[in-house]
Amino acid sequence: MAYSEKVIDHYENPRNVGALDAKDDAVGTGLVGAPACGDVMKLQIKVNDRGIIEDAKFKAFGCGSAIASSSLVTEWLKGKSLNEAVEIKNTAIAQHLSLPPVKIHCSMLAEDAIRAAIRDYKEKHQSTK
Amino acid sequence: MTVTRPIYLDYQSTTPCDPRVLKMMLPYFSEEFGNPHSRSHAYGWKAEEAVEHARKQVAAILHANPREVIFTSGATESNNLALKGVAHFYKDKKNHIVTCATEHKCVLDSCRHLEQEGFKVTYLPVKPNGILDLAELKKAITEQTALVSIMAVNNEIGVIQPLAEIGKITRERGVFFHTDAAQAVGKIPLDVNEMNIDLLSLSAHKIYGPKGIGVLYVRRKPRVRLAALINGGGQERGMRSGTLSTPLCVGLGEACALAQKEMRAEAIRIEALRDRFYETLRVNLEEIYLNGDAKQRIPGNLNISFAHVEGEGLMMGIKELALSSGSACTSASLEPSYVLRALGVDEEMAHTSLRIGFGRFTNEEDVDHAAKLIIKEVNRLRDMSPLWEMSRQGIDIKSIQWAEH
Repeated sequence: MAYSEKVIDHYENPRNVGALDAKDDAVGTGLVGAPACGDVMKLQIKVNDRGIIEDAKFKAFGCGSAIASSSLVTEWLKGKSLNEAVEIKNTAIAQHLSLPPVKIHCSMLAEDAIRAAIRDYKEKHQSTK
Repeated sequence: MTVTRPIYLDYQSTTPCDPRVLKMMLPYFSEEFGNPHSRSHAYGWKAEEAVEHARKQVAAILHANPREVIFTSGATESNNLALKGVAHFYKDKKNHIVTCATEHKCVLDSCRHLEQEGFKVTYLPVKPNGILDLAELKKAITEQTALVSIMAVNNEIGVIQPLAEIGKITRERGVFFHTDAAQAVGKIPLDVNEMNIDLLSLSAHKIYGPKGIGVLYVRRKPRVRLAALINGGGQERGMRSGTLSTPLCVGLGEACALAQKEMRAEAIRIEALRDRFYETLRVNLEEIYLNGDAKQRIPGNLNISFAHVEGEGLMMGIKELALSSGSACTSASLEPSYVLRALGVDEEMAHTSLRIGFGRFTNEEDVDHAAKLIIKEVNRLRDMSPLWEMSRQGIDIKSIQWAEH
């Protein structure tokens, strides 16, 4: 199967691979997917006091499209507010990367990862207040 | 610009036609174009002579009689003919077939079709090393069993089934034994009489012959009868009508002759390459697992799970290598290899597997380069893998509540 140039670029030069301290109050962590299905994404965001995502990191287990989808969203997330971040849709990810229909689930997983990371961040802040 | 092709490491998928085979075939496309079934002139006689010589060459590698060799379009047709042909011919007396969960899709799919027609099929499990449990086979055979169909060598994991032992059981119980030997011919010695094999499928393109031709061996004593799938002029003893392709028959015959002559030396050479490759991986990578029995296996196959690295993602990083993955991320089902699942390999581990096939034209330089690339890419992807990170932190991945999608 032929991958698009953008998928290949993100796969070969993934942006923002790594980990943030999951225990840090400013960090939200999302872990989605399942090893048995062949895709797992871990997405972390670091939010500053103005509610802006100032850093994002990912790790992914999956095919090239899964790696590219998560790499792409880390780029998109930086500088966005939480309200803006939640507006990132899988269709935009799929379109940007020209994902074929069998790979749409990779973009859906990336959207899930964003929501999971934001949810984790918000839960931390509810419990500390 | 020179375009270098990937290193070919997918010899269980297909093999290139050996130049020596091609050379023998060429005259039969042009000068010697006769119909081998034409009896009234020299064109036909020359073609017939070539086809009958090829039939002898195929029979020789199986230790069979040339009259027991039926040319088909390939192993898929041979397997269809063996299963459906026997089932249909004996349907008034018997209605049961025994096969195995790790068989090739064409055997399993033929069995599904027979089930829809009302036949009963038993799909035997395999042991974790991929080998059939003979006690299970003995238990599965009943008075109603017409045929036992067990592959000689598995196409994904390369394990060799105990053919002689299976043949002994089926002969004692008066049941026909069919084996899909597409991956076995030219790799391991086969003898239809010593092994009590009644039907055997093979394919030319797996043994450095042309695509588009195969054989079904059908025993004459005791006689195995088949209902034909393709009707017509009654060629191939009425079991497979249609004009034979002389060049393809010649190519298959020559491929068998070369395989028979060179098998022993080739097996030693390929096994040394494979072991050199696997040892390099083992020394340089932790947590890699061989799928299928390590010893009872053909020399040219490895099937390895690279824990915490998804197979398709890995393949994308080793574009310079042509091989295949046990992960089926591209298929709509998202299900990994059914063969690995039948061995009891976890779904997550099945997603991390690669099948690496070595063959006649593989050399030391190829395997060293391949090992280097795989090691580099597995390390890169593990650094990127959340599962690898968790396993390094001592987190049991199975303890996590995953949302299966």
